[in-house]
Amino acid sequence: MAETLFQKVWNSHAVRTLPSGQTQLFVGLHLIHEVTTPQAFDMLRRHGWRVAFPDRTFATIDHIVPTTRRERPFLDVTAEEMTAALERNCRDFGITLWPPDDENQGIVHVIGPELGLTQPGMTIACGDSHTSTHGALGAVAFGIGTSQVRDVLASQCLALDPLKVRRIDVHGRLNLGVYAKDVILTIIRRLGVEGGVGFAYEYGGSTIDAMTIDERMTICNMSIEGGARAGYVNPDETTFAFLRGRRYAPAGAAFDRAVAWWRTIASDANAAYDDTVRFDAASMEPTVTWGINPGQSVGVNEPIEGDPGDEAFAFMDFRPGARVAGTKIDVAFIGSCTNGRLSDLEAAVDIVRGHRVAPHVRALVVPGSQAVRRAAEARGLHEVFIDAGFEWRGAGCSMCLGMNTDRLEGRQISASSSNRNFKGRQGSPTGRTLLMSPAMVAAAAIAGEVVDVRTMLAGAPA
Amino acid sequence: MSEQRQRPASQQAAAASAPAEAQAVTAVTAAGVALRGDDIDTDRIMPARFLRAVSFEGLERHVFEDDRNANPRHPFNRLAKNAGVLVVNGNFGCGSSREHAPQGLRRAGIRAIVGESFSEIFQGNAAMIGVPCVAGAHADVERLQTLVEEQPDVEITVDVRTGTVTAGRRSFTATLPPAQREAFLRGQWNPTAMLLDRFEDVRAVAARQPYISGF
Repeated sequence: MAETLFQKVWNSHAVRTLPSGQTQLFVGLHLIHEVTTPQAFDMLRRHGWRVAFPDRTFATIDHIVPTTRRERPFLDVTAEEMTAALERNCRDFGITLWPPDDENQGIVHVIGPELGLTQPGMTIACGDSHTSTHGALGAVAFGIGTSQVRDVLASQCLALDPLKVRRIDVHGRLNLGVYAKDVILTIIRRLGVEGGVGFAYEYGGSTIDAMTIDERMTICNMSIEGGARAGYVNPDETTFAFLRGRRYAPAGAAFDRAVAWWRTIASDANAAYDDTVRFDAASMEPTVTWGINPGQSVGVNEPIEGDPGDEAFAFMDFRPGARVAGTKIDVAFIGSCTNGRLSDLEAAVDIVRGHRVAPHVRALVVPGSQAVRRAAEARGLHEVFIDAGFEWRGAGCSMCLGMNTDRLEGRQISASSSNRNFKGRQGSPTGRTLLMSPAMVAAAAIAGEVVDVRTMLAGAPA
Repeated sequence: MSEQRQRPASQQAAAASAPAEAQAVTAVTAAGVALRGDDIDTDRIMPARFLRAVSFEGLERHVFEDDRNANPRHPFNRLAKNAGVLVVNGNFGCGSSREHAPQGLRRAGIRAIVGESFSEIFQGNAAMIGVPCVAGAHADVERLQTLVEEQPDVEITVDVRTGTVTAGRRSFTATLPPAQREAFLRGQWNPTAMLLDRFEDVRAVAARQPYISGF
């Protein structure tokens, strides 16, 4: 019978049906970080349990890590305590950890693919909702809570209900200045922030086929913002080329055998979907959020629509009919598991080169990983950013969620390449976030206000 | 590797000998607290700065902290001691997978949540700590919110077994995903022991994954 990738992977990882009717699902790769695991390790210790598959578990420090001074102990006492706790837990339970000073450290969803840990046909879990990112390589990957982290540590399994699968087809060529971020913001805008509940999103069509793995990661990353716990793209030649030569990817003859198997994991051509929707890439615009959830977005030059009574208008200080273009910003943030990879920094540099950050704007570039930072420096990107007035930081989650000292202050407005514009998300309870592509953030940093990036791209009409 | 494969057997024994933590959750009866609004995300329920800790202790103090500070009339600013059933609207708990959100609510005394719909991760996390999140129709949930606002002491019963919510003389249907309901009724909402129960099956599934066996 024809099956989707989701069904194939789910079935091949199903251990049994539990008495409740839930599936006991084997987790092929468990990624952990400092924020959602200490309580899970405590529970293990209390029961005298060990980690069942320490060699299928990998750890790094990303959420609370300072992006300026990295010497230990951190000046931030709590960050030091949480880092030390994960170091101790990984030592005690035999888990590989990439600590803050390690060359492999970075945001967990950036380093998994970067190291070749993330592979097609795997089930992947992590105590972080943006685990959906890993679906870009054809894995079934989802975020879990801390009690589930405990379960995976102890048993390498989860008790879960299967998801339905919605096929999201995106066809055609994206226009100049329109990026993967605009595609996923457009998808969420149309399907809603709750539209994906109960579903895994399978992204396909000629637009997705033509995308790099980095771009597919941006799309899959934000599946959860549309309510879908998992999102994925079927593995193809782009996937295989991405994985070849990476540290944890198979090598030599094993790589060829792996490719042969990975091909069989993709959804069958005549697979049945629970739902199918279609998008036209050519009609997509540079998109920005105006509200307090990622579904509240609009083309940068379009008027905002919505119920004037919606609390988002009061919080953000917008009115229905207004345009986001022209909104003065205080902070520009380029980074996060959504858009903190090398290609994102390159897209931003294309805009920044030869310009200066507006005097009133504080602008940060926070690479998604130390490897991204090194690669950017090898290309001289950091010099372009620094010369323009950006701060060039160490790798981590940083101002995406303000768990370290990188935070908005008061009512500041941030142009951000991250994934959530929730109230208070960037560390100030009253701070405001406008989500957009890294190129749009770069353009806003220079203009000092939200602008259509197309006016700043080479080859754009004067 | 061989050493690792020895581990689960002792783990299984530990699981079997551990006192059963999870008890059946068949119904929750308590006074209510109504919180209106769709898409209330977990950053609002538990702002990220309160995740800067290695335990869940004390999280009850920070539930909705920023919303409470912004709005003196926020329902959690005058949470009654006997309030145990939270009544919310659509897509409650969307966003981050932080279990700190349901942990904070549970520690603040919330033992069941009635809403129009829930984020899947939130609903799962709540279930893992014994808090059923039952979903009912928009009109029924709104009517219950109004009732709770007008009569804060009205007793609400969330019946997991029958899939009904009763308050005063009114009853309506509000249900869980079927397997989650079963897990509550069987006392298996905390599944670790069950997941450890047949570890040889887990090893067999692991062994047949090409990415583990080396392709």
